[in-house]
Amino acid sequence: MEAEEARETGVTEEPDIATAAAPAARPASATAEDPISLRGATATLGGRPVLRGIDLTVRRGEVVALLGANGSGKSTAVRSVVGQVPLSGGELTLFGIPRRRFRDWARIGYVPQRTTAASGVPATVREVVSAGRLARRRFGPPRKADRAAVQRALELVGMADRARDPVGALSGGQHQRVLIARALAGEPELLIMDEPMAGVDLTSQEILAGTLREQVAAGATVLLVLHELGPLEPLIDRAVVLRDGCVVHDGPPPKAVGQHALPGHDHVHPHAAADAEPIRTGLLT
Amino acid sequence: MLEILDYAFMQRALLAAVLVGITAPAVGIYLVQRRQAIMGDGIGHVALTGVALGFLTGANPVWTAVAVSALGAILMELIRWYGKTRGDLALAMLFYGGMAGGVLLINLSPTGSNANLTTYLFGSITTVSPEDVVAISLLAAFVVLITLGLRRQLFAVCQDEEFARVTGLPVRTLNLLLAVTAAVTVTVAMRVVGLLLVSALMVVPVAAAQQATRGFAMTLALAIAIGVVVTLSGTVFSFYKNVPPGASIVVLAIGVFAVITALAAPLAKRRAQRAAEAEERCTLRDDVLV
Repeated sequence: MEAEEARETGVTEEPDIATAAAPAARPASATAEDPISLRGATATLGGRPVLRGIDLTVRRGEVVALLGANGSGKSTAVRSVVGQVPLSGGELTLFGIPRRRFRDWARIGYVPQRTTAASGVPATVREVVSAGRLARRRFGPPRKADRAAVQRALELVGMADRARDPVGALSGGQHQRVLIARALAGEPELLIMDEPMAGVDLTSQEILAGTLREQVAAGATVLLVLHELGPLEPLIDRAVVLRDGCVVHDGPPPKAVGQHALPGHDHVHPHAAADAEPIRTGLLT
Repeated sequence: MLEILDYAFMQRALLAAVLVGITAPAVGIYLVQRRQAIMGDGIGHVALTGVALGFLTGANPVWTAVAVSALGAILMELIRWYGKTRGDLALAMLFYGGMAGGVLLINLSPTGSNANLTTYLFGSITTVSPEDVVAISLLAAFVVLITLGLRRQLFAVCQDEEFARVTGLPVRTLNLLLAVTAAVTVTVAMRVVGLLLVSALMVVPVAAAQQATRGFAMTLALAIAIGVVVTLSGTVFSFYKNVPPGASIVVLAIGVFAVITALAAPLAKRRAQRAAEAEERCTLRDDVLV
Protein backbone atom coordinates (compact mmCIF):
# COMPACT_ATOMS: atom_id res chain seq x y z
CA MET A 1 0.00 0.00 0.00
CA GLU A 2 2.84 2.36 0.85
CA ALA A 3 4.50 1.75 -2.45
CA GLU A 4 1.21 2.38 -4.22
CA GLU A 5 0.76 5.71 -2.51
CA ALA A 6 4.31 6.71 -3.27
CA ARG A 7 3.61 5.95 -6.91
CA GLU A 8 0.45 8.01 -6.82
CA THR A 9 2.18 11.05 -5.42
CA GLY A 10 4.90 10.53 -7.98
CA VAL A 11 2.27 10.69 -10.69
CA THR A 12 0.72 13.90 -9.41
CA GLU A 13 4.07 15.58 -9.20
CA GLU A 14 5.23 14.74 -12.65
CA PRO A 15 2.87 16.94 -14.68
CA ASP A 16 4.34 20.04 -12.99
CA ILE A 17 7.79 19.22 -14.20
CA ALA A 18 6.35 18.36 -17.56
CA THR A 19 4.40 21.58 -18.05
CA ALA A 20 7.54 23.51 -17.27
CA ALA A 21 9.36 21.61 -19.95
CA ALA A 22 6.47 21.35 -22.37
CA PRO A 23 6.62 24.70 -24.20
CA ALA A 24 10.15 24.02 -25.36
CA ALA A 25 9.53 20.38 -26.17
CA ARG A 26 6.12 20.68 -27.75
CA PRO A 27 6.78 21.80 -31.32
CA ALA A 28 10.05 19.92 -31.56
CA SER A 29 10.35 16.27 -32.49
CA ALA A 30 9.89 13.32 -30.17
CA THR A 31 11.17 13.50 -26.61
CA ALA A 32 11.87 10.65 -24.26
CA GLU A 33 8.80 11.40 -22.15
CA ASP A 34 6.22 11.26 -24.97
CA PRO A 35 3.04 9.53 -23.75
CA ILE A 36 3.03 7.28 -26.82
CA SER A 37 5.90 6.49 -29.13
CA LEU A 38 5.49 3.71 -31.68
CA ARG A 39 8.43 3.04 -34.03
CA GLY A 40 8.27 0.75 -37.03
CA ALA A 41 5.47 -1.26 -35.47
CA THR A 42 4.32 -4.41 -37.23
CA ALA A 43 1.51 -6.72 -36.22
CA THR A 44 -0.32 -9.64 -37.76
CA LEU A 45 -3.80 -10.96 -37.11
CA GLY A 46 -4.44 -14.54 -38.12
CA GLY A 47 -1.31 -14.61 -40.31
CA ARG A 48 -2.33 -11.46 -42.23
CA PRO A 49 -0.12 -8.37 -41.77
CA VAL A 50 -2.29 -5.59 -40.33
CA LEU A 51 0.40 -3.08 -39.33
CA ARG A 52 3.32 -2.87 -41.73
CA GLY A 53 5.78 -0.64 -39.95
CA ILE A 54 3.97 2.39 -38.60
CA ASP A 55 5.42 5.31 -36.65
CA LEU A 56 3.08 7.10 -34.29
CA THR A 57 4.06 9.63 -31.68
CA VAL A 58 1.66 11.40 -29.37
CA ARG A 59 3.23 14.28 -27.45
CA ARG A 60 2.09 15.62 -24.13
CA GLY A 61 -1.07 17.71 -24.34
CA GLU A 62 -1.74 16.75 -27.97
CA VAL A 63 -5.03 15.52 -29.38
CA VAL A 64 -4.26 13.08 -32.19
CA ALA A 65 -6.87 11.45 -34.41
CA LEU A 66 -6.10 8.16 -36.07
CA LEU A 67 -8.12 8.02 -39.28
CA GLY A 68 -8.57 5.48 -42.02
CA ALA A 69 -11.02 3.22 -43.77
CA ASN A 70 -12.29 -0.03 -42.27
CA GLY A 71 -9.45 -2.53 -42.23
CA SER A 72 -6.72 0.10 -42.47
CA GLY A 73 -5.28 -1.06 -39.14
CA LYS A 74 -6.27 1.93 -37.00
CA SER A 75 -8.01 -0.12 -34.33
CA THR A 76 -5.16 -2.63 -34.27
CA ALA A 77 -2.72 0.25 -33.81
CA VAL A 78 -4.39 1.53 -30.63
CA ARG A 79 -5.03 -1.99 -29.37
CA SER A 80 -1.32 -2.71 -29.70
CA VAL A 81 -0.55 0.47 -27.75
CA VAL A 82 -2.63 -0.76 -24.80
CA GLY A 83 -1.20 -4.27 -25.07
CA GLN A 84 -4.25 -6.07 -26.47
CA VAL A 85 -2.50 -6.99 -29.72
CA PRO A 86 1.12 -8.14 -29.54
CA LEU A 87 3.57 -6.36 -31.85
CA SER A 88 5.58 -8.67 -34.09
CA GLY A 89 8.21 -5.99 -34.62
CA GLY A 90 9.17 -2.41 -33.87
CA GLU A 91 9.18 -0.73 -30.51
CA LEU A 92 6.66 0.92 -28.26
CA THR A 93 7.30 3.20 -25.32
CA LEU A 94 4.69 4.68 -22.99
CA PHE A 95 5.77 7.83 -21.15
CA GLY A 96 9.32 7.00 -22.13
CA ILE A 97 9.21 3.48 -20.68
CA PRO A 98 9.36 0.37 -22.88
CA ARG A 99 5.94 -1.30 -22.99
CA ARG A 100 7.23 -4.49 -21.32
CA ARG A 101 8.42 -2.61 -18.27
CA PHE A 102 5.50 -0.15 -18.14
CA ARG A 103 3.45 -0.63 -14.96
CA ASP A 104 1.94 2.79 -14.38
CA TRP A 105 -1.44 2.02 -15.95
CA ALA A 106 -3.21 4.64 -13.85
CA ARG A 107 -1.77 7.24 -16.25
CA ILE A 108 -3.76 5.74 -19.12
CA GLY A 109 -7.53 5.81 -19.54
CA TYR A 110 -8.74 3.36 -22.19
CA VAL A 111 -12.13 3.46 -23.88
CA PRO A 112 -12.53 0.28 -25.94
CA GLN A 113 -14.78 0.03 -28.93
CA ARG A 114 -18.30 -0.38 -27.65
CA THR A 115 -19.78 -3.80 -28.20
CA THR A 116 -23.50 -4.34 -28.25
CA ALA A 117 -23.22 -7.71 -26.55
CA ALA A 118 -24.54 -7.19 -23.04
CA SER A 119 -22.88 -8.96 -20.16
CA GLY A 120 -24.72 -11.88 -18.59
CA VAL A 121 -25.43 -10.27 -15.23
CA PRO A 122 -26.94 -6.79 -14.82
CA ALA A 123 -24.64 -4.04 -13.59
CA THR A 124 -25.45 -0.47 -12.68
CA VAL A 125 -23.84 2.53 -14.31
CA ARG A 126 -21.99 3.32 -11.08
CA GLU A 127 -20.66 -0.25 -10.77
CA VAL A 128 -19.22 -0.13 -14.29
CA VAL A 129 -17.68 3.32 -13.80
CA SER A 130 -16.19 2.24 -10.45
CA ALA A 131 -14.23 -0.49 -12.26
CA GLY A 132 -12.20 2.29 -13.85
CA ARG A 133 -11.04 3.38 -10.42
CA LEU A 134 -9.19 0.07 -9.99
CA ALA A 135 -6.40 1.65 -12.02
CA ARG A 136 -5.69 3.84 -8.99
CA ARG A 137 -6.47 1.43 -6.16
CA ARG A 138 -6.14 -2.10 -7.44
CA PHE A 139 -6.81 -3.90 -4.17
CA GLY A 140 -8.31 -2.84 -0.90
CA PRO A 141 -11.67 -1.22 -0.20
CA PRO A 142 -12.57 2.02 -2.00
CA ARG A 143 -12.02 5.19 0.00
CA LYS A 144 -13.74 8.54 0.01
CA ALA A 145 -11.45 9.92 -2.71
CA ASP A 146 -12.30 6.93 -4.94
CA ARG A 147 -16.03 7.41 -4.57
CA ALA A 148 -15.64 11.14 -5.22
CA ALA A 149 -13.66 10.47 -8.41
CA VAL A 150 -16.37 8.09 -9.66
CA GLN A 151 -19.06 10.66 -8.92
CA ARG A 152 -17.04 13.36 -10.70
CA ALA A 153 -16.61 11.14 -13.76
CA LEU A 154 -20.36 10.45 -13.84
CA GLU A 155 -21.10 14.17 -13.69
CA LEU A 156 -18.57 14.96 -16.43
CA VAL A 157 -20.49 12.83 -18.92
CA GLY A 158 -23.92 13.85 -17.60
CA MET A 159 -24.83 10.38 -16.32
CA ALA A 160 -24.96 11.07 -12.57
CA ASP A 161 -28.76 10.88 -12.55
CA ARG A 162 -28.61 7.43 -14.17
CA ALA A 163 -25.99 6.03 -11.76
CA ARG A 164 -28.36 3.40 -10.35
CA ASP A 165 -29.78 2.28 -13.69
CA PRO A 166 -28.61 -0.95 -15.31
CA VAL A 167 -26.24 -0.34 -18.25
CA GLY A 168 -28.31 -2.76 -20.30
CA ALA A 169 -31.16 -0.23 -20.38
CA LEU A 170 -29.07 2.58 -21.89
CA SER A 171 -28.99 3.83 -25.47
CA GLY A 172 -25.80 3.42 -27.49
CA GLY A 173 -24.76 7.00 -26.84
CA GLN A 174 -25.42 6.78 -23.12
CA HIS A 175 -23.48 3.53 -22.95
CA GLN A 176 -20.54 5.18 -24.66
CA ARG A 177 -20.66 8.02 -22.12
CA VAL A 178 -20.50 5.42 -19.33
CA LEU A 179 -17.41 3.81 -20.89
CA ILE A 180 -15.73 7.21 -21.07
CA ALA A 181 -16.66 7.96 -17.45
CA ARG A 182 -15.09 4.61 -16.53
CA ALA A 183 -11.81 5.69 -18.14
CA LEU A 184 -12.01 9.13 -16.49
CA ALA A 185 -12.62 7.63 -13.02
CA GLY A 186 -8.92 6.73 -12.87
CA GLU A 187 -8.00 10.38 -13.53
CA PRO A 188 -5.63 9.51 -16.39
CA GLU A 189 -3.16 11.81 -18.15
CA LEU A 190 -3.58 10.02 -21.46
CA LEU A 191 -6.94 9.04 -22.93
CA ILE A 192 -7.05 6.38 -25.64
CA MET A 193 -10.43 6.03 -27.33
CA ASP A 194 -11.42 3.54 -30.01
CA GLU A 195 -14.24 4.92 -32.19
CA PRO A 196 -15.97 6.87 -29.40
CA MET A 197 -18.51 8.37 -31.82
CA ALA A 198 -19.64 5.16 -33.57
CA GLY A 199 -23.39 4.67 -33.23
CA VAL A 200 -23.74 7.62 -30.87
CA ASP A 201 -26.77 9.92 -31.09
CA LEU A 202 -26.32 13.64 -31.62
CA THR A 203 -27.04 14.61 -28.00
CA SER A 204 -24.41 12.21 -26.70
CA GLN A 205 -21.95 13.34 -29.40
CA GLU A 206 -22.23 16.92 -28.16
CA ILE A 207 -21.80 15.84 -24.53
CA LEU A 208 -18.80 13.68 -25.42
CA ALA A 209 -17.19 16.52 -27.34
CA GLY A 210 -17.76 18.83 -24.36
CA THR A 211 -16.24 16.29 -21.95
CA LEU A 212 -13.23 15.84 -24.17
CA ARG A 213 -12.79 19.60 -24.52
CA GLU A 214 -12.68 19.96 -20.73
CA GLN A 215 -10.12 17.15 -20.45
CA VAL A 216 -7.93 18.74 -23.11
CA ALA A 217 -8.22 22.15 -21.44
CA ALA A 218 -7.05 20.52 -18.20
CA GLY A 219 -3.96 19.22 -19.96
CA ALA A 220 -4.92 15.69 -20.96
CA THR A 221 -3.30 13.97 -23.91
CA VAL A 222 -5.70 12.17 -26.25
CA LEU A 223 -5.39 9.52 -28.95
CA LEU A 224 -8.64 8.87 -30.80
CA VAL A 225 -9.55 6.35 -33.45
CA LEU A 226 -12.16 7.94 -35.66
CA HIS A 227 -13.99 7.02 -38.81
CA GLU A 228 -14.57 10.69 -39.57
CA LEU A 229 -13.61 13.85 -37.76
CA GLY A 230 -17.22 14.93 -37.11
CA PRO A 231 -18.02 17.13 -34.10
CA LEU A 232 -14.55 16.54 -32.60
CA GLU A 233 -12.83 18.32 -35.48
CA PRO A 234 -12.14 21.61 -33.63
CA LEU A 235 -10.31 19.76 -30.86
CA ILE A 236 -7.89 17.82 -33.00
CA ASP A 237 -4.29 19.03 -33.30
CA ARG A 238 -3.01 16.40 -35.65
CA ALA A 239 -4.34 13.59 -37.76
CA VAL A 240 -2.58 10.38 -38.66
CA VAL A 241 -4.15 8.56 -41.58
CA LEU A 242 -3.60 4.84 -42.07
CA ARG A 243 -4.10 2.86 -45.23
CA ASP A 244 -3.40 -0.86 -45.53
CA GLY A 245 -1.35 -0.83 -42.35
CA CYS A 246 0.88 2.10 -43.37
CA VAL A 247 0.87 5.76 -42.37
CA VAL A 248 -0.04 7.84 -45.44
CA HIS A 249 -0.54 11.20 -43.72
CA ASP A 250 0.75 12.71 -40.49
CA GLY A 251 -0.02 16.37 -40.03
CA PRO A 252 -2.84 18.86 -39.69
CA PRO A 253 -6.30 17.30 -39.80
CA PRO A 254 -7.81 17.19 -43.28
CA LYS A 255 -10.21 20.10 -43.56
CA ALA A 256 -13.93 20.22 -44.38
CA VAL A 257 -14.66 17.98 -47.36
CA GLY A 258 -11.08 16.73 -47.18
CA GLN A 259 -11.98 13.86 -44.91
CA HIS A 260 -14.09 12.32 -47.62
CA ALA A 261 -11.32 12.75 -50.14
CA LEU A 262 -8.74 10.92 -48.04
CA PRO A 263 -6.85 8.23 -49.87
CA GLY A 264 -8.60 4.94 -49.56
CA HIS A 265 -11.58 6.41 -47.80
CA ASP A 266 -14.53 4.45 -49.11
CA HIS A 267 -17.11 6.04 -46.92
CA VAL A 268 -20.05 3.93 -45.91
CA HIS A 269 -22.52 5.31 -43.46
CA PRO A 270 -23.61 2.40 -41.31
CA HIS A 271 -25.90 4.55 -39.22
CA ALA A 272 -29.27 6.12 -39.98
CA ALA A 273 -29.24 8.82 -42.64
CA ALA A 274 -30.74 11.33 -40.24
CA ASP A 275 -27.69 11.61 -38.07
CA ALA A 276 -25.15 10.81 -40.74
CA GLU A 277 -24.04 14.41 -41.07
CA PRO A 278 -24.20 16.19 -37.75
CA ILE A 279 -25.12 19.83 -38.21
CA ARG A 280 -22.04 21.84 -37.39
CA THR A 281 -23.26 24.88 -35.54
CA GLY A 282 -19.86 26.02 -34.39
CA LEU A 283 -21.04 25.68 -30.82
CA LEU A 284 -18.05 23.57 -29.97
CA THR A 285 -15.42 26.08 -30.92
CA MET B 1 -40.36 -29.93 12.36
CA LEU B 2 -37.37 -29.22 14.59
CA GLU B 3 -36.93 -32.87 15.52
CA ILE B 4 -34.73 -33.32 12.47
CA LEU B 5 -32.08 -31.28 14.30
CA ASP B 6 -31.85 -34.10 16.87
CA TYR B 7 -30.03 -36.22 14.33
CA ALA B 8 -26.31 -35.46 14.21
CA PHE B 9 -26.14 -36.43 10.53
CA MET B 10 -28.90 -33.93 9.76
CA GLN B 11 -27.08 -31.17 11.61
CA ARG B 12 -24.05 -31.86 9.45
CA ALA B 13 -26.11 -32.07 6.28
CA LEU B 14 -27.89 -28.78 6.99
CA LEU B 15 -24.62 -26.99 7.79
CA ALA B 16 -23.13 -28.29 4.55
CA ALA B 17 -26.30 -27.21 2.73
CA VAL B 18 -26.02 -23.63 4.00
CA LEU B 19 -22.38 -23.46 2.93
CA VAL B 20 -23.28 -24.76 -0.52
CA GLY B 21 -26.15 -22.27 -0.77
CA ILE B 22 -23.72 -19.41 -0.12
CA THR B 23 -20.71 -20.52 -2.15
CA ALA B 24 -22.25 -21.94 -5.32
CA PRO B 25 -24.06 -18.73 -6.41
CA ALA B 26 -21.16 -16.56 -5.17
CA VAL B 27 -18.85 -18.22 -7.71
CA GLY B 28 -21.57 -18.85 -10.26
CA ILE B 29 -22.32 -15.15 -10.74
CA TYR B 30 -18.85 -14.58 -12.22
CA LEU B 31 -19.16 -17.58 -14.52
CA VAL B 32 -22.58 -16.39 -15.70
CA GLN B 33 -21.22 -12.89 -16.21
CA ARG B 34 -18.44 -14.30 -18.37
CA ARG B 35 -20.95 -16.49 -20.22
CA GLN B 36 -19.28 -19.67 -18.97
CA ALA B 37 -22.28 -21.00 -17.11
CA ILE B 38 -21.39 -24.52 -18.19
CA MET B 39 -17.87 -24.47 -16.72
CA GLY B 40 -19.10 -25.74 -13.35
CA ASP B 41 -20.52 -28.77 -15.11
CA GLY B 42 -17.15 -29.55 -16.66
CA ILE B 43 -15.37 -29.24 -13.33
CA GLY B 44 -17.97 -31.57 -11.81
CA HIS B 45 -17.13 -34.23 -14.38
CA VAL B 46 -13.41 -33.91 -13.74
CA ALA B 47 -13.90 -33.99 -9.95
CA LEU B 48 -15.29 -37.50 -10.29
CA THR B 49 -11.81 -38.77 -11.11
CA GLY B 50 -10.64 -37.06 -7.93
CA VAL B 51 -13.31 -38.78 -5.84
CA ALA B 52 -12.35 -42.16 -7.29
CA LEU B 53 -8.69 -41.47 -6.55
CA GLY B 54 -9.68 -40.92 -2.93
CA PHE B 55 -11.33 -44.35 -2.80
CA LEU B 56 -8.37 -45.94 -4.51
CA THR B 57 -5.75 -44.42 -2.18
CA GLY B 58 -7.80 -44.39 1.01
CA ALA B 59 -7.58 -40.61 1.34
CA ASN B 60 -10.65 -38.46 2.05
CA PRO B 61 -12.33 -38.06 -1.38
CA VAL B 62 -13.07 -34.37 -0.63
CA TRP B 63 -9.36 -33.49 -0.66
CA THR B 64 -8.48 -35.61 -3.69
CA ALA B 65 -11.44 -34.09 -5.51
CA VAL B 66 -10.19 -30.58 -4.67
CA ALA B 67 -6.75 -31.38 -6.07
CA VAL B 68 -7.95 -33.02 -9.30
CA SER B 69 -10.75 -30.54 -10.04
CA ALA B 70 -8.45 -27.55 -9.39
CA LEU B 71 -5.99 -29.02 -11.90
CA GLY B 72 -8.87 -29.56 -14.33
CA ALA B 73 -10.11 -26.00 -13.88
CA ILE B 74 -6.64 -24.56 -14.49
CA LEU B 75 -6.36 -26.70 -17.62
CA MET B 76 -9.77 -25.37 -18.83
CA GLU B 77 -8.59 -21.81 -18.25
CA LEU B 78 -5.40 -22.47 -20.20
CA ILE B 79 -7.44 -23.99 -23.03
CA ARG B 80 -9.56 -20.82 -23.04
CA TRP B 81 -6.41 -18.71 -23.54
CA TYR B 82 -4.57 -20.79 -26.08
CA GLY B 83 -7.21 -23.11 -27.48
CA LYS B 84 -8.89 -20.75 -29.96
CA THR B 85 -10.70 -22.82 -32.58
CA ARG B 86 -10.11 -26.33 -31.22
CA GLY B 87 -10.88 -25.24 -27.68
CA ASP B 88 -14.32 -26.84 -27.51
CA LEU B 89 -13.00 -30.25 -28.55
CA ALA B 90 -10.24 -30.07 -25.96
CA LEU B 91 -12.82 -29.22 -23.31
CA ALA B 92 -15.05 -32.12 -24.39
CA MET B 93 -12.07 -34.46 -24.06
CA LEU B 94 -11.42 -33.19 -20.56
CA PHE B 95 -15.05 -33.50 -19.43
CA TYR B 96 -15.66 -37.02 -20.70
CA GLY B 97 -12.17 -38.16 -19.75
CA GLY B 98 -12.85 -37.03 -16.18
CA MET B 99 -16.17 -38.86 -16.08
CA ALA B 100 -14.87 -42.10 -17.60
CA GLY B 101 -11.72 -42.01 -15.46
CA GLY B 102 -13.85 -41.68 -12.34
CA VAL B 103 -16.07 -44.65 -13.14
CA LEU B 104 -13.06 -46.75 -14.12
CA LEU B 105 -10.99 -45.98 -11.03
CA ILE B 106 -13.80 -46.39 -8.53
CA ASN B 107 -14.57 -49.88 -9.79
CA LEU B 108 -10.88 -50.78 -9.53
CA SER B 109 -10.73 -49.71 -5.89
CA PRO B 110 -11.38 -52.29 -3.15
CA THR B 111 -13.99 -50.23 -1.23
CA GLY B 112 -15.63 -48.34 -4.06
CA SER B 113 -18.65 -49.32 -6.12
CA ASN B 114 -21.20 -47.67 -8.33
CA ALA B 115 -23.38 -47.28 -5.23
CA ASN B 116 -20.80 -44.97 -3.62
CA LEU B 117 -20.59 -43.17 -6.90
CA THR B 118 -24.30 -42.39 -6.90
CA THR B 119 -24.05 -40.50 -3.60
CA TYR B 120 -21.36 -38.30 -5.15
CA LEU B 121 -23.26 -37.81 -8.39
CA PHE B 122 -26.60 -36.75 -6.90
CA GLY B 123 -25.73 -35.89 -3.31
CA SER B 124 -26.67 -37.59 -0.08
CA ILE B 125 -27.66 -36.28 3.33
CA THR B 126 -26.69 -39.31 5.36
CA THR B 127 -23.08 -39.60 4.23
CA VAL B 128 -21.68 -36.19 5.28
CA SER B 129 -19.08 -37.28 7.83
CA PRO B 130 -17.65 -35.07 10.62
CA GLU B 131 -14.36 -34.86 8.65
CA ASP B 132 -16.33 -33.80 5.59
CA VAL B 133 -17.90 -30.97 7.59
CA VAL B 134 -14.47 -29.70 8.63
CA ALA B 135 -13.17 -29.89 5.07
CA ILE B 136 -16.28 -28.30 3.61
CA SER B 137 -16.18 -25.44 6.15
CA LEU B 138 -12.53 -24.65 5.42
CA LEU B 139 -13.09 -24.75 1.68
CA ALA B 140 -16.23 -22.63 1.91
CA ALA B 141 -14.34 -20.00 3.92
CA PHE B 142 -11.77 -19.82 1.12
CA VAL B 143 -14.49 -19.43 -1.51
CA VAL B 144 -16.25 -16.65 0.42
CA LEU B 145 -12.98 -14.83 1.02
CA ILE B 146 -12.16 -14.80 -2.70
CA THR B 147 -15.61 -14.18 -4.18
CA LEU B 148 -16.65 -11.42 -1.78
CA GLY B 149 -13.20 -10.02 -0.94
CA LEU B 150 -12.16 -9.63 -4.57
CA ARG B 151 -15.65 -8.75 -5.78
CA ARG B 152 -14.69 -5.49 -7.52
CA GLN B 153 -11.62 -6.97 -9.17
CA LEU B 154 -13.38 -10.14 -10.38
CA PHE B 155 -16.35 -8.06 -11.55
CA ALA B 156 -14.03 -5.89 -13.64
CA VAL B 157 -12.28 -8.92 -15.17
CA CYS B 158 -15.50 -10.79 -15.98
CA GLN B 159 -17.36 -7.72 -17.22
CA ASP B 160 -14.68 -6.41 -19.60
CA GLU B 161 -11.45 -8.37 -19.65
CA GLU B 162 -9.82 -6.07 -22.19
CA PHE B 163 -10.45 -2.97 -20.09
CA ALA B 164 -9.40 -4.72 -16.88
CA ARG B 165 -6.03 -5.49 -18.42
CA VAL B 166 -5.43 -1.81 -19.18
CA THR B 167 -6.18 -0.84 -15.57
CA GLY B 168 -3.14 -2.93 -14.67
CA LEU B 169 -5.05 -5.66 -12.83
CA PRO B 170 -3.31 -9.07 -12.88
CA VAL B 171 -6.01 -10.48 -15.16
CA ARG B 172 -4.42 -13.89 -15.75
CA THR B 173 -3.84 -14.48 -12.07
CA LEU B 174 -7.41 -13.44 -11.24
CA ASN B 175 -8.78 -15.74 -13.96
CA LEU B 176 -6.78 -18.67 -12.60
CA LEU B 177 -7.86 -17.85 -9.06
CA LEU B 178 -11.50 -17.81 -10.18
CA ALA B 179 -11.06 -21.17 -11.91
CA VAL B 180 -9.55 -22.70 -8.77
CA THR B 181 -12.29 -21.15 -6.63
CA ALA B 182 -14.92 -22.68 -8.91
CA ALA B 183 -13.22 -26.06 -8.53
CA VAL B 184 -13.18 -25.71 -4.74
CA THR B 185 -16.89 -24.81 -4.80
CA VAL B 186 -17.66 -27.94 -6.77
CA THR B 187 -16.09 -30.06 -4.05
CA VAL B 188 -17.88 -28.08 -1.31
CA ALA B 189 -21.15 -28.82 -3.08
CA MET B 190 -20.61 -32.41 -4.18
CA ARG B 191 -21.62 -34.09 -0.90
CA VAL B 192 -25.00 -32.35 -0.73
CA VAL B 193 -25.96 -31.44 -4.31
CA GLY B 194 -23.86 -33.98 -6.18
CA LEU B 195 -21.38 -33.54 -9.01
CA LEU B 196 -23.92 -33.76 -11.82
CA LEU B 197 -26.12 -31.01 -10.40
CA VAL B 198 -23.47 -28.70 -8.91
CA SER B 199 -23.50 -26.47 -11.96
CA ALA B 200 -27.26 -25.90 -11.64
CA LEU B 201 -26.82 -24.41 -8.19
CA MET B 202 -24.11 -22.10 -9.51
CA VAL B 203 -26.28 -20.85 -12.32
CA VAL B 204 -29.99 -21.08 -11.46
CA PRO B 205 -30.04 -18.80 -8.36
CA VAL B 206 -28.11 -16.17 -10.34
CA ALA B 207 -30.48 -16.47 -13.30
CA ALA B 208 -33.44 -16.16 -10.92
CA ALA B 209 -32.01 -13.15 -9.07
CA GLN B 210 -31.17 -11.17 -12.18
CA GLN B 211 -34.80 -11.25 -13.28
CA ALA B 212 -35.55 -8.85 -10.45
CA THR B 213 -32.35 -6.84 -9.96
CA ARG B 214 -30.66 -3.93 -11.72
CA GLY B 215 -27.11 -4.14 -10.37
CA PHE B 216 -24.33 -6.65 -9.76
CA ALA B 217 -24.11 -6.31 -5.97
CA MET B 218 -27.87 -6.74 -5.61
CA THR B 219 -27.84 -9.78 -7.90
CA LEU B 220 -25.06 -11.35 -5.85
CA ALA B 221 -26.90 -10.78 -2.55
CA LEU B 222 -30.23 -12.07 -3.85
CA ALA B 223 -28.63 -15.09 -5.55
CA ILE B 224 -26.98 -16.11 -2.28
CA ALA B 225 -30.27 -15.66 -0.41
CA ILE B 226 -32.06 -17.85 -2.97
CA GLY B 227 -29.23 -20.37 -2.79
CA VAL B 228 -29.48 -20.73 0.98
CA VAL B 229 -33.29 -21.00 0.93
CA VAL B 230 -33.37 -23.74 -1.71
CA THR B 231 -30.49 -25.80 -0.29
CA LEU B 232 -31.98 -25.76 3.20
CA SER B 233 -35.56 -26.52 2.14
CA GLY B 234 -34.38 -29.09 -0.41
CA THR B 235 -32.33 -30.91 2.23
CA VAL B 236 -35.27 -30.98 4.65
CA PHE B 237 -37.57 -32.23 1.89
CA SER B 238 -35.09 -35.00 1.09
CA PHE B 239 -35.07 -36.07 4.75
CA TYR B 240 -38.82 -36.61 4.77
CA LYS B 241 -39.24 -38.04 1.29
CA ASN B 242 -35.98 -39.99 1.10
CA VAL B 243 -34.86 -38.65 -2.29
CA PRO B 244 -31.36 -37.46 -3.25
CA PRO B 245 -31.04 -33.85 -2.02
CA GLY B 246 -29.40 -32.66 -5.24
CA ALA B 247 -32.54 -33.36 -7.20
CA SER B 248 -34.95 -31.66 -4.80
CA ILE B 249 -32.65 -28.61 -4.40
CA VAL B 250 -32.33 -28.06 -8.13
CA VAL B 251 -36.04 -28.55 -8.81
CA LEU B 252 -36.80 -26.02 -6.05
CA ALA B 253 -34.29 -23.54 -7.50
CA ILE B 254 -35.90 -23.79 -10.91
CA GLY B 255 -39.29 -23.27 -9.24
CA VAL B 256 -37.98 -20.05 -7.62
CA PHE B 257 -36.67 -18.97 -11.01
CA ALA B 258 -40.10 -19.51 -12.59
CA VAL B 259 -41.91 -17.61 -9.82
CA ILE B 260 -39.56 -14.61 -9.91
CA THR B 261 -39.70 -14.49 -13.70
CA ALA B 262 -43.50 -14.55 -13.64
CA LEU B 263 -43.59 -11.75 -11.05
CA ALA B 264 -40.82 -9.62 -12.54
CA ALA B 265 -41.84 -9.76 -16.21
CA PRO B 266 -44.87 -7.41 -15.93
CA LEU B 267 -42.78 -5.05 -13.78
CA ALA B 268 -39.97 -4.88 -16.31
CA LYS B 269 -42.47 -4.41 -19.11
CA ARG B 270 -44.05 -1.45 -17.38
CA ARG B 271 -40.65 0.08 -16.69
CA ALA B 272 -39.60 -0.28 -20.31
CA GLN B 273 -42.90 1.23 -21.46
CA ARG B 274 -42.43 4.24 -19.21
CA ALA B 275 -38.88 4.74 -20.46
CA ALA B 276 -40.03 4.50 -24.08
CA GLU B 277 -42.82 7.02 -23.49
CA ALA B 278 -40.39 9.45 -21.88
CA GLU B 279 -38.16 9.26 -24.92
CA GLU B 280 -40.96 9.61 -27.44
CA ARG B 281 -42.37 12.75 -25.93
CA CYS B 282 -41.10 15.97 -27.47
CA THR B 283 -39.30 18.15 -25.02
CA LEU B 284 -37.81 21.47 -25.97
CA ARG B 285 -34.44 21.42 -24.33
CA ASP B 286 -31.56 23.73 -25.03
CA ASP B 287 -29.42 22.64 -22.12
CA VAL B 288 -27.55 20.36 -24.47
CA LEU B 289 -26.18 23.28 -26.43
CA VAL B 290 -24.43 24.71 -23.35
